[in-house]
Amino acid sequence: METVFTPWQSLAGGVLIGTAAVFLMLTLGRIMGATGILSGVIWPGGPGDRGWRAALLAGMVTGPLVVFAATGRMPEIEVPAATPVFVVGGIIVGIGVSYGSGCTSGHGVCGMARLSKRSILATVTFMIATAATVYLRRHVMGG
Amino acid sequence: MRLIVTYLIGLVFGVGISISGMANPAKVLNFFDFAGSWDPSLIFVMGGALVTTFVGYRLVLGRKAPVFDVRYHLPTRADLDVRLIGGSAVFGVGWGISGFCPGGALPALGTGRWEVFAFTGAMLVGIAVARVMQRLPLATGQRVNS
Repeated sequence: METVFTPWQSLAGGVLIGTAAVFLMLTLGRIMGATGILSGVIWPGGPGDRGWRAALLAGMVTGPLVVFAATGRMPEIEVPAATPVFVVGGIIVGIGVSYGSGCTSGHGVCGMARLSKRSILATVTFMIATAATVYLRRHVMGG
Repeated sequence: MRLIVTYLIGLVFGVGISISGMANPAKVLNFFDFAGSWDPSLIFVMGGALVTTFVGYRLVLGRKAPVFDVRYHLPTRADLDVRLIGGSAVFGVGWGISGFCPGGALPALGTGRWEVFAFTGAMLVGIAVARVMQRLPLATGQRVNS
């Protein structure tokens, strides 16, 4: 499935993601990591742990609606996998980010920006694993 | 005030993810498909986010404390262990299958598409399974870097 190359839009999106990460550090002193934010809402580690994460999550979910209000179009979502496969992928992601202590936002953006060795190693590892998985599914298994 | 500001920060993140293409599994998977329908857009997402955060963190972390807290909550672990590498590799396999990472999926919930809810539910099952396997609280800001 071909997708359109969108360098400027993607760059602008990236700058916004980075801006949000910087302001979360400036205001709450926290890392902008989607894994920790989601699991902290459902399984808070202590008092005062849930509120800010819930507010952040509410803001994130409103994002596509603001884009819709401004452009008249919802962000495109195309899922190039059968539903059972897609759901199994979700379970694997959940297990992986738990053991790996983070995902693309926490390690790939915030951790890398702090030049954390753990985050650089984690990011290189999951990028290679993702590319290998895509290659196997599309070019070896013919999925 | 604190929660309103936090909400707005989440909103900026959500708009950023939405316009960047990270909320679209087809686009994410094409980024990794060098041998096929390669779409290099996500380099621009990562580049824009990393440069902004790198510069911004340097300015922010020079301050004594954040605006609404007495200290910064930065991960302190430095050990490069099997769990970090293995977990990240497993995450990559899941990302390569589904095309969704947590940061892409959470804002995408706002589109109301059932696929995103199915993915997020499945991801929570995975996190719950890992929590049981590890018997450790995962969600504390000190330990989870993401």
